[in-house]
Amino acid sequence: MFRRIRPILTKEFRQIRRDKRSLGVLLVLPAFLIFLIGYALNFDVKHAPLAVFDQDKKQASRELIQAFINNEYFSYRHTVGQDREIATLLGEGKALIAIVIPPGFSRELLAGRDASVQVLVDGSNANTATAVLGYTSAVLQSFSSKLTMRTMQRVGRELYLPLDFRPKVWYNPELVSAKFLVPGLIGFILMISGVVSTSLSVVKENERGTMEQIMVSPLSTRQVIIGKTIPYLIIGLLGSVLVLLVGFFLFDIVIRGNLFWLYVGIGLFLLAALGQGVLISTIAQTQQVAFILSVFSSLLPTFLLSGFVFPIRSMPIILQILSNVAPAKFFLIVVRSVILKGAGPGAFWDQLVFLAIFALLTLGISILRLRKRIE
Amino acid sequence: MNTILHIIIKEFLQIRRDRRMLALSIMAPIVQLILLGYAATTDIRSVPMLVNDQDRSAASREFICRFTNSGYFVVEQYVSSSKEIDHYIEEGHAWLALVIPPNFGNSILAQRPVSVQLIADGSDANSANISLGYAVQIVSTYARTIMAETLQRMSTGDAGHGPAARPVRVNPEVRVWYNPELKSAHFMVPAVVALVLMIVTMTLTSLGIVKEKEVGTLEQLMVTPIKPYQLIIGKLLPFVIIGAVDITLVLSVARFWFGVPMRGSILLLYGLSGLFILTTLGLGLFVSTISRTQQQAMMTAQFFIFMPFMFFSGFAFPIENMPHWVQAITYIIPLRYFITIIRGIFLKGVGIAELWPQALALLVFGATILTLSVLRFRKRLG
Repeated sequence: MFRRIRPILTKEFRQIRRDKRSLGVLLVLPAFLIFLIGYALNFDVKHAPLAVFDQDKKQASRELIQAFINNEYFSYRHTVGQDREIATLLGEGKALIAIVIPPGFSRELLAGRDASVQVLVDGSNANTATAVLGYTSAVLQSFSSKLTMRTMQRVGRELYLPLDFRPKVWYNPELVSAKFLVPGLIGFILMISGVVSTSLSVVKENERGTMEQIMVSPLSTRQVIIGKTIPYLIIGLLGSVLVLLVGFFLFDIVIRGNLFWLYVGIGLFLLAALGQGVLISTIAQTQQVAFILSVFSSLLPTFLLSGFVFPIRSMPIILQILSNVAPAKFFLIVVRSVILKGAGPGAFWDQLVFLAIFALLTLGISILRLRKRIE
Repeated sequence: MNTILHIIIKEFLQIRRDRRMLALSIMAPIVQLILLGYAATTDIRSVPMLVNDQDRSAASREFICRFTNSGYFVVEQYVSSSKEIDHYIEEGHAWLALVIPPNFGNSILAQRPVSVQLIADGSDANSANISLGYAVQIVSTYARTIMAETLQRMSTGDAGHGPAARPVRVNPEVRVWYNPELKSAHFMVPAVVALVLMIVTMTLTSLGIVKEKEVGTLEQLMVTPIKPYQLIIGKLLPFVIIGAVDITLVLSVARFWFGVPMRGSILLLYGLSGLFILTTLGLGLFVSTISRTQQQAMMTAQFFIFMPFMFFSGFAFPIENMPHWVQAITYIIPLRYFITIIRGIFLKGVGIAELWPQALALLVFGATILTLSVLRFRKRLG
């Protein structure tokens, strides 16, 4: 078996070596992209630009504004004197949130009555807006409690806080979103390099007519497909070492779990990605079609359907089912379990099985398709 | 002019002959947009949670009900030990665990402070942050209710002493602009439109010239009296037409299928989309001129254009959150300007008065990149 594959391996390697640019791209670029994009991945909302319209200008209103200023989630940018200005600031995106304190705010509170403030939020980015609204209500809650305490003290009563809670966050105590996103990015980039490297392989030889030459040799289709996959598997594995190093040195991505199982995952995942590429290249008749197919079957789904950025649980059921066509989905569970949670294979063995099935299916179908084409 | 027309006809003939290609360039954007429009959601609903109720009193049950009735949480499992919590969270079956201590009900009755524990899976920081936010609100509302009850009991006990002591609070009257239901789809779908548009038009053009180079037909075109600029215009125009069809399709899907509100001028959006297409076609052509083989063109497009564009355009990750030096990079990403434009026109209804800097940036990009590729192309010939 191996003796037969060897010549085709040599041929592929020679071709790769001759195309220095492609080799460099596949080997070094993934790590470079992690370095560059890793810094861009950030969902943490901090320093939301705030505009304040204080129509009261008394002690309580000033205290409330101070509470917002002291909060790291807001950054006090604009003092507004008119409703119209708020519309402009929100429209141009210069403020994300505006607070309007009505006249009589302090008077109401002093009299022991509830008061309200108007909170205007730019909701266009729903995610950011939800987070900012959460922070706002936390500021108002603690402001209210402080006032209540003060009233109680004034009338000589002691008040206790009846219910307290202790939040405990596992795996990522500071809730830094990059910790979650960078491992996902690793999967994303490995997927793209895998598909890119094989999706033109067969169709290229078809277009050039060199496939005929391979076909008249005593090689079986299975050997051709395997011979075209293995060199890129090796390149991908080498590239992934660089990727993990960059993750470790620049983004503090410490692998808590077992490195061996991580590499089992990476190996199976690369095979799945390469398999998807080979399959595309046996389906497409021209390289152009192969290119489009590979973009639309790997780039976008891996970005949007794999749980890399958007939680799969929030998607409609149909998409949750459909997300199973993105092998990155399974790999991301593995990579996050190993890297962030330090979990053992018990937590993700089923994902490894799915990856293996995916790789076998894509490569198997490619072999069948190629055989049919020849006959 | 006649020459250009002939090239256009040749290109269209080629496109028509490759049916699969034509179908892909028309169908792919729609299918992609519909699928991805649904997928790109950051809304957090029905957070799977674990409950470890060590108290099992009326008070603890009421407290749990407040979580389930909020609509944000779904009890995945009632557990009886912290070891079980470990297991469920590690395998990702639950995102949050609520631990109620055994003395919960008694303490509340006896007016003693009591603490509950919330354990969150922080690996998905964004989801964890938002679900913790919901949980905090539920806990503090509950605390407030108890406080109000206690105070009422206290003040009815010794009526007439001092001013009425009741907890005052500041209520937020929240008004969400542009996207009142806080649907992330309204924010994401316009951006997916921009992304899909860019990918289709760029993919089409980026292989255009390399292909002729590889097959060897470029030489044939070179020996004809066709001038380089005629060749480029002739090669680009068919894609401009396909691009215009694609714009119409994806905008209709965004508006009518996803119901994204269209608050601004559709004509302005059309015009600026045209400007954007100019940039993407120019980029495609540029990739084409710097690549020797189609494989190289594909790698260049995917790694050097698509990926940076996806991440540095503010498509999913807010630019304001990035470090300053990364923010500086985003200015050379044309998609960044177009996403601001398309979101602004769709959601905020802003016009050219607010969007002229973005429009100008796109124009400059488009013109520069087109000129560059024409020059490069000419040099190759010379």
